[in-house]
Amino acid sequence: MNAPFGRRLCAVSEGRDSGGYRVFSLLDHEGPEPLPGQFYMLAAASRWAERGGRPFLPRAISVAETGPAADGIRLDFLIEGVGPGTDRLCALREGDEVWLTGPLGNAFSEPRQASPRAAGAILVGGGIGIAPLAILRRTFAEQGIPLRALLGFRNEAHSGGLELFCASGGDLCPEVRLATEDGHRGHHGYVTDLLLTMLEGDDAQSAVVYSCGPPAMLEAVRSLCAERAVPCELAMESPMACGFGACFGCVVPKPDGGYMRLCVDGPVVRGEQIAEVTHA
Amino acid sequence: MPEFCGIGLRHPVINGSGTYDAIAARKVFGDELLADFPFSAFVSKTITPEPRAGNAPRRIWETPAGMINSIGLPNKGLEGFLAEDLPQLAELPVPLIVSVMGTSREQFTRLVEGVAEREEVAAIELNVSCPNVHSGLIVGEQPTETAALLQALRPLTAKPLIVKLTPNVADPAAVAIAAEEGGADAVSLINTLKASAFDPATGAPALAAGHGGLSGPAVRPVALQQLRAVTAAVSVPAIGMGGISSGADAAEFIAAGAALVAVGTESFRDPRAGSRIAAELQSGRAEIVPSPT
Repeated sequence: MNAPFGRRLCAVSEGRDSGGYRVFSLLDHEGPEPLPGQFYMLAAASRWAERGGRPFLPRAISVAETGPAADGIRLDFLIEGVGPGTDRLCALREGDEVWLTGPLGNAFSEPRQASPRAAGAILVGGGIGIAPLAILRRTFAEQGIPLRALLGFRNEAHSGGLELFCASGGDLCPEVRLATEDGHRGHHGYVTDLLLTMLEGDDAQSAVVYSCGPPAMLEAVRSLCAERAVPCELAMESPMACGFGACFGCVVPKPDGGYMRLCVDGPVVRGEQIAEVTHA
Repeated sequence: MPEFCGIGLRHPVINGSGTYDAIAARKVFGDELLADFPFSAFVSKTITPEPRAGNAPRRIWETPAGMINSIGLPNKGLEGFLAEDLPQLAELPVPLIVSVMGTSREQFTRLVEGVAEREEVAAIELNVSCPNVHSGLIVGEQPTETAALLQALRPLTAKPLIVKLTPNVADPAAVAIAAEEGGADAVSLINTLKASAFDPATGAPALAAGHGGLSGPAVRPVALQQLRAVTAAVSVPAIGMGGISSGADAAEFIAAGAALVAVGTESFRDPRAGSRIAAELQSGRAEIVPSPT
């Protein structure tokens, strides 16, 4: 399914603060329903690239959830204000307009596509990266795919993904385990500690790991899975100007040399497609 | 309908080289891209003799009203381009201009000969913002190097040769004059301005390459002055570019002497910016408005 050609104006239908983050919904009257893992390029229609200054480029944001809405579809996004663009997106209020291009990029695959013997899914999310796992969880649950979820965040002020994830179907997921770096909920430590324990269990070998989060977490997930020959798919992020293959800015290194563009060859990559997730 | 070097065009808005991957865009947006193609001619990204992977990331950095890039000319090389990309680009509904770059006269000769013999190619743009391996000098920064290169390439083809001028010189008009004297059919300007940024979080250069090229509305007044100086100095047509994001911006470039205008960075923000700017230009909404003081 192709994205509609060009950008379009969409209105914000609702917005709320959530665990230190911002969640807002856009009403899209034109686009196809996005798949889990896909993203949009977003720019506020006002106070964006006006009279010079920043923000200037649109921002690539993964869709966190979608659903039917009057005369179109609703698109939910989870935003953490970390710079001029995301700060502006966090300031959007109901009725504001946003330039939207998408849905863009590829999507997570089903476990059976990733591995013929796969029986279920393990979702591993960190911080703002929990967003695309919410729509993925609902989609898998609707398809009857067994799944477990491991979610981690630094502290209460970075927990907005949890509420969003729970809203994607509280009773559909038998096992959601939490890890927090400050220990205020769940395991005191990293979410990858929980993944290690799970991968060393009996049945994890038949699962596919789906992950999104900060680069250091993704690299830990990638290497834990690679060491145990567990297939994994990582939703990655990279500075991106256009989202449709034009700028060549969003590349990540491939294992055999050369680079791949995350906007058109990602943002979801299989662990073996990349050399490593580079992080500071 | 504008005519450029004997090529009839629907409107005066084309793309800057390296700012639109029409093959990738068609995969993303489907054939709707062809039905309303944003540009009246398509300029390919720069092709080099051998394949290039491009620079290590980080490659881009947002700046006030613009961005710095150090992409590093990733491309499939001449053979890969001719075999894989050219047939797909030939399906675009507009004339095709192929951008080439070599590091010696011999490399440029190979590129121009390889590209010019293909009937799908309407014109060739020479990216001269690179060092000559023999002299160590950036060809496009030296009038003598530029003239010598054109004199070597001119006999190879009757197709229009466009010289992409670098703005990183004291006197771009002198290079443009040399290009014209060497037999160039047109010039295009400006390429990106050399630029740096530092990551406030680390104090290290923001881009892996250490520096890159600035584009976007931030460079527009610089581009207009260089365009004005160049078009006053040569009689061949000029393609003007540098931060054009509206019909009004395009009208300024035409007022400064541009025969055509090119859109680059704005396409990143709006995939159909080319069509929008062309429509704004033609609707008369593009009158130059005095900037507020």
